[in-house]
Amino acid sequence: MPPLARIPAGRAVNQPMPILIALTSPIAAAAPDWQKTFFEIVSGHAPDVWERLLASIALIAVVFIPSVLLLAMFSIWWERKVCAHMQSRPGPNRVGPIGILQSLADGIKLILKEDLQPSAADPILFRLAPYLSFSPVFAAFLALPFGPNLTFEPKLNAGVFWILAVLSIEVMGVILAGWSSNNKWAIYGAMREACQMVSYEIPLGLSIIIGVMAAGTLNLVELGHLQGGGIHTWIVFKNPFVFCAFFVYFIASLASNKRAPFDLPESESELVAGFHTEYSGMRFAFFFFAEYAAMFIVGSIQTALFLGGWNDPFGLIGYHYSQWIADPGAHRNGLILLNLISIGIFITKAMTIVFVQMWIRWTLPRPRIDQVLYACVKVLIPAACVLLLGAALWELLVPSWHQAKLIENPLPWFNYHPFSWADWAKGGATTSLVVQAILALIGVAIASAITLWVAYAFLTRRTTHQRLTEAEPIPEPA
Amino acid sequence: MPAILALAIDAQTVAAALFYLFAGIAGASALGVVLSRNIVRTAVCLLFTLVGVAGLYFLLEAEFLAAVQLVIYVGGTLILIIFGVMLTSKSPFSHFEPKAGEVVVAIAACAVLFSAMIMAIRSADFRPQSLDTTQKYPVVALGQALLGDYLVPFELASVVLLVVMIGAAYLAKGRKRDDKRAVARGAATLSQKARQWS
Repeated sequence: MPPLARIPAGRAVNQPMPILIALTSPIAAAAPDWQKTFFEIVSGHAPDVWERLLASIALIAVVFIPSVLLLAMFSIWWERKVCAHMQSRPGPNRVGPIGILQSLADGIKLILKEDLQPSAADPILFRLAPYLSFSPVFAAFLALPFGPNLTFEPKLNAGVFWILAVLSIEVMGVILAGWSSNNKWAIYGAMREACQMVSYEIPLGLSIIIGVMAAGTLNLVELGHLQGGGIHTWIVFKNPFVFCAFFVYFIASLASNKRAPFDLPESESELVAGFHTEYSGMRFAFFFFAEYAAMFIVGSIQTALFLGGWNDPFGLIGYHYSQWIADPGAHRNGLILLNLISIGIFITKAMTIVFVQMWIRWTLPRPRIDQVLYACVKVLIPAACVLLLGAALWELLVPSWHQAKLIENPLPWFNYHPFSWADWAKGGATTSLVVQAILALIGVAIASAITLWVAYAFLTRRTTHQRLTEAEPIPEPA
Repeated sequence: MPAILALAIDAQTVAAALFYLFAGIAGASALGVVLSRNIVRTAVCLLFTLVGVAGLYFLLEAEFLAAVQLVIYVGGTLILIIFGVMLTSKSPFSHFEPKAGEVVVAIAACAVLFSAMIMAIRSADFRPQSLDTTQKYPVVALGQALLGDYLVPFELASVVLLVVMIGAAYLAKGRKRDDKRAVARGAATLSQKARQWS
């Protein structure tokens, strides 16, 4: 069967609708039900021009900016806790309960610090670099699908690609910071970042292509809907090649975020602080906001592309959504609740990946730059190419269950019943089905092993010793 | 408030305002590219030009093209430019001062290109054509076009990265003969270099 046949002809996503016009006009009412925004579901009508504008601006100002900052602050605190646990010490525990306000205190300290700038630095670029590093990461939030109706722009057909594109601007900020500081160590850091980024973008992109090929779309919302039938429909379990590409993507995303073991741009033991050696105060903080937000974004792409997006492992959300969206008016409260649950699931998945990134950071030592590039050029790129070939052949040769389903019932293509086992063997898709089930079992085994491991580590952690807060009673002299 | 706002804002106005915003960004920073003498500042201006053009692509509903623009030119080309400059230049801030001959050649080449573009734009037909996007999914159609009908131009376009690398190295190396003379005089000892850099 040619792979194109599974794209149904009359799919509603293909309406010729310029994004901007859709963003600013009531034409959006013509969008199919599953493309409705959260606003439309709550208010029950398509937004006017001004409503659309005000809602967008309010969303960015009230929801996105604070949540990105909160996310970064929480991640920094969490990272310090994880790191402390790995090193058998309590970690930040003075500001607020279990030290959770530590990042806020650090932020206040950073705001009050003097904003230094080397006299020999390039003044314009030096000031520009932190913002250039932060704002693209922020722009990437535009495409993240937090729920079936909770995307800023559901019609962004190049969603995955858009996030990759804006994340590649972030590197410019880092390189400029290193360059404009006019400092030897900073330039070394920037050069390492440049060559690391340019080379690791290839396995990153290739592994994303493998996932996209298995799904057949770049739109993150559609990707979410495609994976709504339970854990075996998640794209990571679709075939063995995607399963391996998942890990290639993870390694490459560590490197592209300059996270340890690939944190050579800022390796403290050799380069002072790498590209941000000369930065202080809030400009310094911006780099960290960018780094932690980028960690979340990379984890989100992994969630949305491979790990089922907002869907739960049992396919309940996908099932109920497909039932309720047929009549949004009658199931308004249900849809709202479902979207809210979806946010929780999505963020939990993404933060789990962020946690694994932190775990790896504090476990592995840092390789040399030539070893880093060796790992990319000689290991990851060939591996990704082989996987790409394998995934392409698999798509061509092995008939898949959702292909059969799509041909049979093209329009609401996510409308499948998660527990109807009778549907599964249709269209000669038994091979793909068995493979999916086995891979899903392996995945569940890995995930539960990790969970048990972390739970054990957490339960046997070292807690704050009483001595730190209360003086020991001095024994009475006899 | 809604009535007044609804009168003031309609889709066309917003689209026009955004067009002028992005076009302004692209134009102003393109001027910066031409006028700046510092290679890295030139690259940053080029970054904003490319971002402005990507915004224009967004206005034209070509979000895939916009993302490609950012990935290839910002993520690849610009980083290679700066990388090449960092690898090859002698001083942290490499200024390049074009000679009079180079200026003349550049102006001539630009004039030819500009007139060709004007002619192309004048002869082009810009009436909006209704694209038949209902038949195929855009990404699938794009993939088939890129790897089918337009395979050769697509592959040729990838040479641009190599060209950029060589060009950046050439610009940053600057007057190599002068440097050789300086080395021959024993000018650049390590300590002097360190002083020069710090």
